[in-house]
Amino acid sequence: MTLESGYGVPVVMLHTHVFDRVVRSTVRMNGMPGMRAAYVPQPVMGKSESELWEYVTGKNPITGRAVMQEVVEGLTSPLTTDDLSGETFERSTPRLVEPDTEENLHALFLRNHWTDTLPIVLPTEERVANMLAHTRHKPDELVGRMRITGHREAWAYTVEKVAVNAVMAGARPEYFPVILALAASNVTARGSSSSSMASLVVVNGPIRQELEMNSGIGAMGPFNHANSTIGRAYSLLSQNLEGGSVPGLTYMGSQGNAYSFTNVTFAENEEASPWEPFHVEQGFKPTDSTVSIFGSVWHTGFTLGLREGHWRQVVERMLLGMDPLCRPFFVLDPIAARQFAEFGGFETKAKLAEWAYDLARIPAAQYWDYQLIQNYIYPRATFGEEPFASRLRAAPDELVHMFAPDSIHTVVVGGETNAYWRLFSAGYTRTMNVDDWR
Amino acid sequence: MTIAHEQRRATRGDGAHTHLSVLNPMGYPPRVTGKALAPRLDSLDGKTVFLVDCRFDDSARLLEQVQTWFVKHMPGVTTRVVSLANVYGKDDPELWARIKREGHAAIVGVGH
Repeated sequence: MTLESGYGVPVVMLHTHVFDRVVRSTVRMNGMPGMRAAYVPQPVMGKSESELWEYVTGKNPITGRAVMQEVVEGLTSPLTTDDLSGETFERSTPRLVEPDTEENLHALFLRNHWTDTLPIVLPTEERVANMLAHTRHKPDELVGRMRITGHREAWAYTVEKVAVNAVMAGARPEYFPVILALAASNVTARGSSSSSMASLVVVNGPIRQELEMNSGIGAMGPFNHANSTIGRAYSLLSQNLEGGSVPGLTYMGSQGNAYSFTNVTFAENEEASPWEPFHVEQGFKPTDSTVSIFGSVWHTGFTLGLREGHWRQVVERMLLGMDPLCRPFFVLDPIAARQFAEFGGFETKAKLAEWAYDLARIPAAQYWDYQLIQNYIYPRATFGEEPFASRLRAAPDELVHMFAPDSIHTVVVGGETNAYWRLFSAGYTRTMNVDDWR
Repeated sequence: MTIAHEQRRATRGDGAHTHLSVLNPMGYPPRVTGKALAPRLDSLDGKTVFLVDCRFDDSARLLEQVQTWFVKHMPGVTTRVVSLANVYGKDDPELWARIKREGHAAIVGVGH
Protein backbone atom coordinates (compact mmCIF):
# COMPACT_ATOMS: atom_id res chain seq x y z
CA MET A 1 0.00 0.00 0.00
CA THR A 2 2.91 2.34 0.76
CA LEU A 3 4.41 1.69 -2.66
CA GLU A 4 1.08 2.46 -4.34
CA SER A 5 -0.04 5.52 -2.42
CA GLY A 6 3.28 6.90 -1.22
CA TYR A 7 5.47 6.32 -4.26
CA GLY A 8 2.90 6.31 -7.07
CA VAL A 9 3.86 2.85 -8.33
CA PRO A 10 0.98 0.68 -9.59
CA VAL A 11 0.91 -2.54 -7.58
CA VAL A 12 -0.88 -5.86 -7.75
CA MET A 13 -0.82 -7.87 -4.53
CA LEU A 14 -0.54 -11.63 -4.79
CA HIS A 15 -2.16 -13.48 -1.89
CA THR A 16 -3.34 -16.96 -1.07
CA HIS A 17 -7.08 -17.40 -1.27
CA VAL A 18 -7.82 -17.98 2.43
CA PHE A 19 -6.81 -14.39 3.13
CA ASP A 20 -9.42 -12.88 0.79
CA ARG A 21 -11.63 -11.39 3.55
CA VAL A 22 -8.63 -10.16 5.52
CA VAL A 23 -7.17 -8.44 2.45
CA ARG A 24 -10.43 -6.72 1.54
CA SER A 25 -10.91 -5.55 5.09
CA THR A 26 -7.33 -4.35 5.50
CA VAL A 27 -7.22 -2.33 2.29
CA ARG A 28 -10.58 -0.76 3.09
CA MET A 29 -9.44 0.19 6.60
CA ASN A 30 -6.44 1.85 4.98
CA GLY A 31 -8.63 3.92 2.66
CA MET A 32 -7.75 1.98 -0.50
CA PRO A 33 -10.57 -0.50 -1.14
CA GLY A 34 -9.66 -0.64 -4.84
CA MET A 35 -6.13 -2.05 -4.31
CA ARG A 36 -5.68 -4.67 -6.97
CA ALA A 37 -5.18 -8.25 -5.81
CA ALA A 38 -4.98 -11.68 -7.33
CA TYR A 39 -5.17 -14.94 -5.43
CA VAL A 40 -3.48 -18.29 -5.78
CA PRO A 41 -4.38 -21.42 -3.85
CA GLN A 42 -3.19 -21.89 -0.28
CA PRO A 43 -0.49 -23.02 0.58
CA VAL A 44 2.51 -21.71 -1.28
CA MET A 45 4.87 -23.00 1.38
CA GLY A 46 6.43 -26.36 0.59
CA LYS A 47 5.09 -26.58 -2.95
CA SER A 48 7.31 -27.78 -5.80
CA GLU A 49 8.34 -25.70 -8.79
CA SER A 50 5.82 -27.45 -11.02
CA GLU A 51 3.02 -27.02 -8.48
CA LEU A 52 3.75 -23.30 -8.21
CA TRP A 53 3.80 -23.07 -12.01
CA GLU A 54 0.31 -24.59 -11.99
CA TYR A 55 -0.74 -21.91 -9.51
CA VAL A 56 0.58 -19.11 -11.72
CA THR A 57 -0.86 -20.50 -14.95
CA GLY A 58 -4.08 -21.59 -13.29
CA LYS A 59 -7.16 -19.85 -12.03
CA ASN A 60 -7.77 -17.57 -9.09
CA PRO A 61 -9.77 -19.75 -6.63
CA ILE A 62 -11.88 -16.72 -5.67
CA THR A 63 -12.88 -15.36 -9.08
CA GLY A 64 -12.27 -18.36 -11.35
CA ARG A 65 -10.31 -16.16 -13.74
CA ALA A 66 -6.75 -16.70 -14.94
CA VAL A 67 -4.31 -15.44 -12.33
CA MET A 68 -1.90 -13.74 -14.70
CA GLN A 69 -4.72 -12.13 -16.67
CA GLU A 70 -5.85 -10.51 -13.41
CA VAL A 71 -2.28 -9.48 -12.63
CA VAL A 72 -1.74 -7.82 -16.01
CA GLU A 73 -5.17 -6.17 -15.91
CA GLY A 74 -4.47 -4.96 -12.40
CA LEU A 75 -1.47 -3.02 -13.67
CA THR A 76 -2.99 -1.72 -16.91
CA SER A 77 -6.77 -1.38 -16.72
CA PRO A 78 -8.02 2.19 -16.15
CA LEU A 79 -8.86 3.26 -12.64
CA THR A 80 -12.40 4.05 -11.57
CA THR A 81 -13.48 7.33 -9.99
CA ASP A 82 -13.47 5.63 -6.60
CA ASP A 83 -9.89 4.45 -7.16
CA LEU A 84 -8.82 8.05 -7.70
CA SER A 85 -10.11 9.20 -4.32
CA GLY A 86 -9.99 6.16 -2.13
CA GLU A 87 -12.66 5.89 0.55
CA THR A 88 -12.89 8.21 3.54
CA PHE A 89 -15.28 7.48 6.36
CA GLU A 90 -15.81 8.03 10.03
CA ARG A 91 -16.67 5.22 12.37
CA SER A 92 -17.99 5.48 15.86
CA THR A 93 -18.99 3.10 18.55
CA PRO A 94 -22.16 4.02 20.42
CA ARG A 95 -22.00 4.01 24.18
CA LEU A 96 -25.18 1.98 24.55
CA VAL A 97 -26.70 -0.93 22.74
CA GLU A 98 -30.36 -0.69 21.70
CA PRO A 99 -32.41 -1.82 24.76
CA ASP A 100 -33.87 -5.27 24.48
CA THR A 101 -34.78 -8.33 26.50
CA GLU A 102 -32.08 -10.22 28.33
CA GLU A 103 -32.48 -13.17 25.97
CA ASN A 104 -32.21 -11.01 22.87
CA LEU A 105 -29.19 -9.15 24.21
CA HIS A 106 -27.34 -12.39 24.90
CA ALA A 107 -28.12 -13.48 21.34
CA LEU A 108 -26.97 -10.12 19.99
CA PHE A 109 -23.65 -10.22 21.86
CA LEU A 110 -23.01 -13.72 20.56
CA ARG A 111 -24.03 -12.83 17.00
CA ASN A 112 -21.77 -9.76 17.02
CA HIS A 113 -18.77 -11.86 18.15
CA TRP A 114 -18.51 -9.80 21.34
CA THR A 115 -18.13 -12.86 23.55
CA ASP A 116 -15.91 -15.92 23.77
CA THR A 117 -19.04 -17.97 23.01
CA LEU A 118 -19.50 -18.79 26.71
CA PRO A 119 -22.31 -16.95 28.56
CA ILE A 120 -21.35 -13.48 29.69
CA VAL A 121 -22.65 -11.07 32.31
CA LEU A 122 -24.58 -8.35 30.51
CA PRO A 123 -22.88 -4.97 31.13
CA THR A 124 -25.75 -2.94 32.51
CA GLU A 125 -25.04 0.62 33.56
CA GLU A 126 -25.35 -0.32 37.20
CA ARG A 127 -22.85 -3.17 36.93
CA VAL A 128 -20.40 -1.03 34.98
CA ALA A 129 -20.75 1.78 37.53
CA ASN A 130 -19.92 -0.67 40.33
CA MET A 131 -16.81 -1.74 38.41
CA LEU A 132 -15.78 1.88 37.82
CA ALA A 133 -15.97 2.60 41.55
CA HIS A 134 -12.80 0.53 42.05
CA THR A 135 -10.45 2.90 40.30
CA ARG A 136 -9.71 6.55 40.84
CA HIS A 137 -9.40 7.00 37.06
CA LYS A 138 -12.32 8.70 35.36
CA PRO A 139 -14.59 6.73 33.03
CA ASP A 140 -13.74 8.79 29.99
CA GLU A 141 -9.98 8.67 30.51
CA LEU A 142 -8.09 7.13 27.60
CA VAL A 143 -6.42 3.90 28.72
CA GLY A 144 -4.68 2.74 25.58
CA ARG A 145 -4.79 1.45 22.03
CA MET A 146 -4.65 -2.05 20.64
CA ARG A 147 -4.39 -3.43 17.14
CA ILE A 148 -5.14 -6.86 15.73
CA THR A 149 -1.82 -7.02 13.90
CA GLY A 150 0.92 -4.54 13.18
CA HIS A 151 -0.70 -3.83 9.81
CA ARG A 152 -4.15 -3.06 11.15
CA GLU A 153 -5.35 0.22 12.57
CA ALA A 154 -5.12 0.90 16.31
CA TRP A 155 -8.42 1.24 18.18
CA ALA A 156 -8.66 3.40 21.30
CA TYR A 157 -10.51 2.70 24.54
CA THR A 158 -11.44 4.37 27.79
CA VAL A 159 -11.67 3.23 31.39
CA GLU A 160 -15.40 2.72 30.93
CA LYS A 161 -14.89 0.50 27.88
CA VAL A 162 -12.51 -1.68 29.88
CA ALA A 163 -15.10 -1.83 32.69
CA VAL A 164 -17.74 -3.04 30.24
CA ASN A 165 -15.57 -5.97 29.23
CA ALA A 166 -14.58 -6.69 32.83
CA VAL A 167 -18.27 -6.99 33.76
CA MET A 168 -18.87 -9.28 30.80
CA ALA A 169 -16.10 -11.59 32.00
CA GLY A 170 -17.75 -11.93 35.39
CA ALA A 171 -14.93 -10.16 37.20
CA ARG A 172 -15.61 -8.67 40.63
CA PRO A 173 -15.10 -4.90 40.89
CA GLU A 174 -12.09 -5.29 43.19
CA TYR A 175 -10.23 -7.02 40.32
CA PHE A 176 -10.60 -3.93 38.13
CA PRO A 177 -7.14 -2.36 38.77
CA VAL A 178 -5.45 -5.55 37.51
CA ILE A 179 -7.67 -5.59 34.43
CA LEU A 180 -7.03 -1.91 33.78
CA ALA A 181 -3.28 -2.52 34.05
CA LEU A 182 -3.58 -5.26 31.44
CA ALA A 183 -5.55 -2.93 29.15
CA ALA A 184 -3.03 -0.14 29.66
CA SER A 185 -0.25 -2.37 28.34
CA ASN A 186 -1.50 -1.87 24.77
CA VAL A 187 -0.63 -5.54 24.29
CA THR A 188 -3.49 -7.55 22.89
CA ALA A 189 -4.15 -11.06 24.11
CA ARG A 190 -5.96 -11.80 20.86
CA GLY A 191 -3.58 -10.85 18.08
CA SER A 192 -4.22 -12.48 14.73
CA SER A 193 -1.59 -14.90 13.55
CA SER A 194 -1.97 -18.09 11.55
CA SER A 195 0.19 -19.59 14.33
CA SER A 196 -2.72 -19.29 16.82
CA MET A 197 -0.60 -17.64 19.49
CA ALA A 198 -2.09 -17.08 22.93
CA SER A 199 -1.04 -15.09 25.99
CA LEU A 200 -0.07 -15.88 29.56
CA VAL A 201 -0.41 -13.59 32.57
CA VAL A 202 1.50 -13.64 35.88
CA VAL A 203 0.47 -11.56 38.86
CA ASN A 204 2.96 -10.58 41.57
CA GLY A 205 2.94 -8.65 44.81
CA PRO A 206 0.38 -8.01 47.55
CA ILE A 207 -2.56 -7.85 45.13
CA ARG A 208 -2.41 -11.63 45.00
CA GLN A 209 -3.53 -11.93 48.61
CA GLU A 210 -5.91 -8.97 48.42
CA LEU A 211 -7.85 -10.67 45.64
CA GLU A 212 -7.34 -14.19 47.03
CA MET A 213 -5.68 -15.30 43.83
CA ASN A 214 -4.35 -18.82 43.56
CA SER A 215 -0.66 -19.58 43.28
CA GLY A 216 -0.90 -23.12 44.65
CA ILE A 217 -2.83 -26.28 43.83
CA GLY A 218 -4.67 -25.91 40.52
CA ALA A 219 -3.46 -22.33 39.97
CA MET A 220 -3.46 -22.66 36.18
CA GLY A 221 -6.77 -24.48 36.12
CA PRO A 222 -10.45 -23.47 36.46
CA PHE A 223 -10.48 -23.28 40.26
CA ASN A 224 -10.06 -19.67 41.30
CA HIS A 225 -12.49 -16.86 40.53
CA ALA A 226 -9.90 -14.09 40.31
CA ASN A 227 -7.45 -16.10 38.19
CA SER A 228 -10.21 -17.14 35.79
CA THR A 229 -12.10 -13.90 35.37
CA ILE A 230 -9.09 -11.58 35.21
CA GLY A 231 -7.70 -13.76 32.44
CA ARG A 232 -11.07 -13.89 30.71
CA ALA A 233 -11.48 -10.13 30.99
CA TYR A 234 -8.10 -9.64 29.31
CA SER A 235 -9.26 -11.86 26.47
CA LEU A 236 -12.62 -10.13 26.00
CA LEU A 237 -11.26 -6.62 26.26
CA SER A 238 -8.55 -7.48 23.74
CA GLN A 239 -10.93 -8.84 21.14
CA ASN A 240 -13.53 -6.09 21.54
CA LEU A 241 -11.36 -3.05 22.05
CA GLU A 242 -8.96 -3.79 19.19
CA GLY A 243 -11.67 -4.13 16.59
CA GLY A 244 -12.67 -7.77 16.78
CA SER A 245 -11.42 -11.32 16.65
CA VAL A 246 -13.57 -13.08 14.06
CA PRO A 247 -12.25 -16.22 12.34
CA GLY A 248 -11.45 -15.59 8.69
CA LEU A 249 -11.67 -11.82 9.05
CA THR A 250 -9.82 -10.51 12.10
CA TYR A 251 -8.47 -13.82 13.40
CA MET A 252 -6.49 -16.20 11.17
CA GLY A 253 -5.16 -18.74 13.68
CA SER A 254 -5.23 -21.94 11.70
CA GLN A 255 -6.04 -24.21 14.66
CA GLY A 256 -6.92 -21.80 17.44
CA ASN A 257 -5.54 -22.01 20.97
CA ALA A 258 -7.42 -23.23 24.05
CA TYR A 259 -5.27 -20.96 26.23
CA SER A 260 -7.03 -17.96 24.70
CA PHE A 261 -10.08 -18.30 26.95
CA THR A 262 -8.31 -17.12 30.10
CA ASN A 263 -4.72 -16.61 29.02
CA VAL A 264 -3.26 -18.97 31.63
CA THR A 265 -3.59 -16.32 34.33
CA PHE A 266 -2.16 -17.08 37.75
CA ALA A 267 -0.31 -15.64 40.73
CA GLU A 268 3.33 -16.57 41.19
CA ASN A 269 4.00 -18.62 44.32
CA GLU A 270 6.56 -16.15 45.62
CA GLU A 271 6.48 -17.55 49.15
CA ALA A 272 7.53 -21.10 48.17
CA SER A 273 10.02 -20.08 45.50
CA PRO A 274 13.78 -20.43 46.10
CA TRP A 275 14.29 -17.33 43.95
CA GLU A 276 13.18 -13.73 43.80
CA PRO A 277 9.74 -13.04 42.29
CA PHE A 278 9.41 -12.33 38.60
CA HIS A 279 8.49 -8.67 39.05
CA VAL A 280 11.50 -8.03 41.27
CA GLU A 281 13.69 -9.41 38.49
CA GLN A 282 12.16 -6.75 36.27
CA GLY A 283 13.11 -3.99 38.68
CA PHE A 284 9.97 -3.65 40.78
CA LYS A 285 9.89 -3.66 44.57
CA PRO A 286 8.58 -6.78 46.30
CA THR A 287 5.76 -4.65 47.72
CA ASP A 288 4.66 -3.48 44.26
CA SER A 289 1.64 -5.18 42.80
CA THR A 290 2.19 -6.00 39.14
CA VAL A 291 0.86 -7.97 36.23
CA SER A 292 3.23 -9.37 33.58
CA ILE A 293 2.24 -10.35 30.06
CA PHE A 294 3.76 -13.08 27.95
CA GLY A 295 2.88 -13.58 24.28
CA SER A 296 3.49 -16.12 21.53
CA VAL A 297 2.23 -18.89 23.79
CA TRP A 298 2.25 -22.06 21.74
CA HIS A 299 4.29 -24.97 23.00
CA THR A 300 3.84 -26.72 26.33
CA GLY A 301 6.31 -29.38 27.38
CA PHE A 302 5.83 -31.26 30.61
CA THR A 303 7.54 -33.73 32.90
CA LEU A 304 7.86 -34.78 36.53
CA GLY A 305 10.80 -33.51 38.53
CA LEU A 306 14.50 -34.08 37.95
CA ARG A 307 16.53 -37.19 38.65
CA GLU A 308 20.18 -37.11 39.52
CA GLY A 309 21.34 -39.39 36.71
CA HIS A 310 20.34 -37.62 33.50
CA TRP A 311 18.47 -34.47 34.48
CA ARG A 312 20.59 -32.33 32.16
CA GLN A 313 19.73 -34.51 29.16
CA VAL A 314 16.03 -34.45 30.07
CA VAL A 315 15.99 -30.65 30.10
CA GLU A 316 18.06 -30.54 26.92
CA ARG A 317 15.61 -32.78 25.08
CA MET A 318 12.70 -30.63 26.18
CA LEU A 319 14.44 -27.52 24.92
CA LEU A 320 15.47 -29.15 21.64
CA GLY A 321 11.85 -30.26 21.14
CA MET A 322 10.77 -26.64 20.83
CA ASP A 323 10.61 -24.60 17.66
CA PRO A 324 13.62 -22.24 17.79
CA LEU A 325 11.31 -19.26 17.35
CA CYS A 326 9.76 -20.09 20.72
CA ARG A 327 10.94 -18.39 23.90
CA PRO A 328 11.39 -20.95 26.68
CA PHE A 329 9.47 -20.21 29.86
CA PHE A 330 10.05 -22.53 32.79
CA VAL A 331 6.91 -22.82 34.91
CA LEU A 332 7.94 -24.83 37.94
CA ASP A 333 6.12 -26.27 40.92
CA PRO A 334 8.07 -25.15 44.03
CA ILE A 335 9.42 -28.69 44.54
CA ALA A 336 10.76 -28.73 40.98
CA ALA A 337 12.17 -25.24 41.44
CA ARG A 338 14.13 -26.37 44.49
CA GLN A 339 15.41 -29.38 42.52
CA PHE A 340 16.67 -27.11 39.76
CA ALA A 341 18.31 -24.84 42.32
CA GLU A 342 19.94 -27.78 44.08
CA PHE A 343 20.98 -29.96 41.12
CA GLY A 344 22.26 -27.13 38.94
CA GLY A 345 23.44 -24.77 41.63
CA PHE A 346 21.17 -22.12 40.10
CA GLU A 347 21.19 -19.46 42.79
CA THR A 348 19.06 -17.19 40.62
CA LYS A 349 16.58 -17.56 37.79
CA ALA A 350 19.12 -15.78 35.59
CA LYS A 351 21.64 -18.58 36.17
CA LEU A 352 19.08 -21.17 35.09
CA ALA A 353 18.31 -19.09 31.97
CA GLU A 354 21.99 -18.78 31.14
CA TRP A 355 22.51 -22.52 31.47
CA ALA A 356 19.45 -23.35 29.35
CA TYR A 357 20.55 -20.91 26.67
CA ASP A 358 23.94 -22.55 26.47
CA LEU A 359 22.49 -26.06 26.51
CA ALA A 360 20.02 -25.56 23.66
CA ARG A 361 22.08 -25.88 20.49
CA ILE A 362 21.42 -27.65 17.20
CA PRO A 363 23.35 -27.92 13.91
CA ALA A 364 23.09 -24.73 11.85
CA ALA A 365 21.64 -26.58 8.86
CA GLN A 366 18.74 -27.81 10.98
CA TYR A 367 18.23 -24.41 12.60
CA TRP A 368 17.84 -22.68 9.27
CA ASP A 369 15.48 -25.39 8.02
CA TYR A 370 12.65 -24.43 10.41
CA GLN A 371 9.97 -22.55 8.42
CA LEU A 372 9.42 -20.03 11.21
CA ILE A 373 13.13 -19.31 11.28
CA GLN A 374 13.04 -18.81 7.51
CA ASN A 375 10.10 -16.42 7.89
CA TYR A 376 11.19 -14.37 10.87
CA ILE A 377 14.92 -14.80 11.52
CA TYR A 378 16.52 -15.40 8.12
CA PRO A 379 15.53 -11.96 6.76
CA ARG A 380 16.99 -10.31 9.87
CA ALA A 381 20.17 -12.38 9.51
CA THR A 382 20.63 -11.34 5.89
CA PHE A 383 20.10 -7.76 7.02
CA GLY A 384 23.17 -8.21 9.24
CA GLU A 385 21.40 -8.32 12.59
CA GLU A 386 23.26 -10.22 15.31
CA PRO A 387 23.33 -12.83 16.71
CA PHE A 388 21.48 -14.16 13.65
CA ALA A 389 24.00 -13.04 11.04
CA SER A 390 26.71 -15.09 12.77
CA ARG A 391 24.49 -18.18 12.75
CA LEU A 392 24.14 -17.75 9.00
CA ARG A 393 27.92 -17.91 8.61
CA ALA A 394 28.14 -21.15 10.65
CA ALA A 395 29.06 -24.39 8.88
CA PRO A 396 26.08 -26.75 8.38
CA ASP A 397 27.07 -29.08 11.20
CA GLU A 398 28.26 -26.39 13.57
CA LEU A 399 26.08 -26.15 16.69
CA VAL A 400 24.28 -22.83 17.04
CA HIS A 401 22.16 -21.46 19.85
CA MET A 402 18.45 -22.05 19.35
CA PHE A 403 17.24 -19.13 21.41
CA ALA A 404 18.17 -15.55 22.20
CA PRO A 405 20.07 -15.20 25.51
CA ASP A 406 17.55 -12.86 27.11
CA SER A 407 14.48 -14.75 25.97
CA ILE A 408 14.39 -17.41 28.70
CA HIS A 409 12.41 -16.81 31.90
CA THR A 410 11.14 -18.72 34.94
CA VAL A 411 8.24 -18.46 37.36
CA VAL A 412 7.22 -20.67 40.26
CA VAL A 413 3.62 -21.78 40.68
CA GLY A 414 1.95 -24.80 42.16
CA GLY A 415 0.90 -26.43 45.41
CA GLU A 416 3.68 -28.98 45.90
CA THR A 417 1.49 -32.05 45.49
CA ASN A 418 4.26 -33.19 43.17
CA ALA A 419 7.34 -31.83 41.38
CA TYR A 420 5.70 -31.30 38.01
CA TRP A 421 7.01 -28.62 35.77
CA ARG A 422 6.25 -27.21 32.35
CA LEU A 423 8.27 -25.65 29.61
CA PHE A 424 6.04 -23.20 27.80
CA SER A 425 6.79 -21.18 24.76
CA ALA A 426 6.01 -17.72 26.15
CA GLY A 427 7.78 -14.51 25.24
CA TYR A 428 7.99 -11.89 27.98
CA THR A 429 6.44 -8.64 26.79
CA ARG A 430 6.05 -6.20 29.69
CA THR A 431 5.13 -5.73 33.32
CA MET A 432 2.50 -3.20 34.40
CA ASN A 433 2.11 -1.60 37.81
CA VAL A 434 -1.35 -2.45 39.15
CA ASP A 435 -1.08 0.22 41.86
CA ASP A 436 -1.22 2.93 39.15
CA TRP A 437 -4.76 1.81 38.38
CA ARG A 438 -6.28 1.54 41.86
CA MET B 1 -52.92 -11.14 23.00
CA THR B 2 -53.36 -7.82 21.22
CA ILE B 3 -50.43 -5.84 19.86
CA ALA B 4 -51.18 -3.04 22.32
CA HIS B 5 -51.13 -5.48 25.22
CA GLU B 6 -47.78 -6.84 24.07
CA GLN B 7 -46.29 -3.38 23.86
CA ARG B 8 -47.56 -2.45 27.33
CA ARG B 9 -46.06 -5.63 28.72
CA ALA B 10 -42.67 -4.90 27.12
CA THR B 11 -42.34 -1.36 28.36
CA ARG B 12 -43.55 -1.93 31.87
CA GLY B 13 -40.92 -4.57 32.47
CA ASP B 14 -43.06 -7.59 32.69
CA GLY B 15 -40.79 -10.51 33.63
CA ALA B 16 -38.92 -11.99 30.68
CA HIS B 17 -39.92 -9.07 28.48
CA THR B 18 -38.09 -6.47 30.55
CA HIS B 19 -35.88 -4.37 28.33
CA LEU B 20 -32.36 -3.85 29.63
CA SER B 21 -30.00 -1.08 28.74
CA VAL B 22 -26.42 -2.29 28.40
CA LEU B 23 -23.16 -0.74 27.23
CA ASN B 24 -21.40 -1.48 23.97
CA PRO B 25 -18.10 -3.35 24.53
CA MET B 26 -16.31 -2.28 21.34
CA GLY B 27 -13.43 0.20 21.28
CA TYR B 28 -13.18 3.36 19.19
CA PRO B 29 -11.83 2.92 15.65
CA PRO B 30 -9.83 5.66 13.92
CA ARG B 31 -11.13 7.67 10.99
CA VAL B 32 -10.31 6.13 7.63
CA THR B 33 -8.75 8.52 5.12
CA GLY B 34 -9.04 7.67 1.45
CA LYS B 35 -5.89 7.33 -0.61
CA ALA B 36 -5.70 7.32 -4.40
CA LEU B 37 -4.27 4.43 -6.35
CA ALA B 38 -1.33 5.11 -8.62
CA PRO B 39 -2.02 5.72 -12.34
CA ARG B 40 -2.07 2.55 -14.40
CA LEU B 41 0.14 1.81 -17.38
CA ASP B 42 -1.21 1.73 -20.92
CA SER B 43 0.76 -1.43 -21.53
CA LEU B 44 3.47 -3.51 -19.85
CA ASP B 45 5.48 -3.88 -23.08
CA GLY B 46 8.89 -2.30 -22.71
CA LYS B 47 8.33 -1.75 -19.01
CA THR B 48 10.13 -3.05 -15.92
CA VAL B 49 8.04 -4.84 -13.32
CA PHE B 50 9.53 -5.60 -9.93
CA LEU B 51 8.45 -8.86 -8.32
CA VAL B 52 8.72 -8.17 -4.59
CA ASP B 53 9.31 -11.13 -2.30
CA CYS B 54 7.76 -10.55 1.14
CA ARG B 55 10.09 -13.22 2.56
CA PHE B 56 7.30 -15.33 3.97
CA ASP B 57 6.44 -18.95 3.38
CA ASP B 58 8.45 -19.44 0.14
CA SER B 59 7.08 -16.31 -1.58
CA ALA B 60 10.22 -16.00 -3.72
CA ARG B 61 9.64 -19.43 -5.27
CA LEU B 62 6.16 -18.40 -6.44
CA LEU B 63 7.47 -15.13 -7.85
CA GLU B 64 10.12 -17.01 -9.79
CA GLN B 65 7.28 -18.80 -11.59
CA VAL B 66 5.63 -15.44 -12.24
CA GLN B 67 8.91 -14.32 -13.78
CA THR B 68 9.01 -17.44 -15.94
CA TRP B 69 5.47 -16.70 -17.11
CA PHE B 70 6.50 -13.24 -18.30
CA VAL B 71 9.51 -14.67 -20.15
CA LYS B 72 7.25 -17.13 -21.96
CA HIS B 73 4.16 -15.01 -22.58
CA MET B 74 5.23 -11.37 -22.45
CA PRO B 75 8.95 -11.29 -23.36
CA GLY B 76 8.80 -7.55 -23.90
CA VAL B 77 8.41 -7.06 -20.14
CA THR B 78 11.53 -6.91 -17.98
CA THR B 79 11.05 -8.43 -14.53
CA ARG B 80 13.31 -8.29 -11.49
CA VAL B 81 12.79 -10.44 -8.41
CA VAL B 82 13.78 -8.53 -5.29
CA SER B 83 13.33 -9.30 -1.60
CA LEU B 84 12.37 -7.08 1.30
CA ALA B 85 15.46 -6.24 3.30
CA ASN B 86 14.00 -7.54 6.54
CA VAL B 87 10.94 -9.41 7.82
CA TYR B 88 7.61 -8.63 6.13
CA GLY B 89 6.46 -6.41 8.95
CA LYS B 90 9.28 -3.92 8.42
CA ASP B 91 8.95 -1.08 5.95
CA ASP B 92 11.60 -0.91 3.22
CA PRO B 93 11.78 2.66 1.91
CA GLU B 94 15.07 2.01 0.12
CA LEU B 95 13.48 -0.70 -1.94
CA TRP B 96 10.39 1.42 -2.68
CA ALA B 97 12.63 4.26 -3.85
CA ARG B 98 14.59 1.88 -6.06
CA ILE B 99 11.40 0.51 -7.61
CA LYS B 100 10.17 4.05 -8.23
CA ARG B 101 13.51 4.97 -9.80
CA GLU B 102 14.14 1.89 -11.91
CA GLY B 103 10.72 0.33 -12.47
CA HIS B 104 7.22 1.03 -13.68
CA ALA B 105 5.11 -1.38 -11.63
CA ALA B 106 5.30 -4.02 -8.91
CA ILE B 107 3.77 -7.37 -8.06
CA VAL B 108 4.07 -8.01 -4.33
CA GLY B 109 3.70 -11.49 -2.92
CA VAL B 110 2.78 -13.50 -1.06
CA GLY B 111 0.57 -11.56 1.29
CA HIS B 112 -0.17 -13.02 4.68
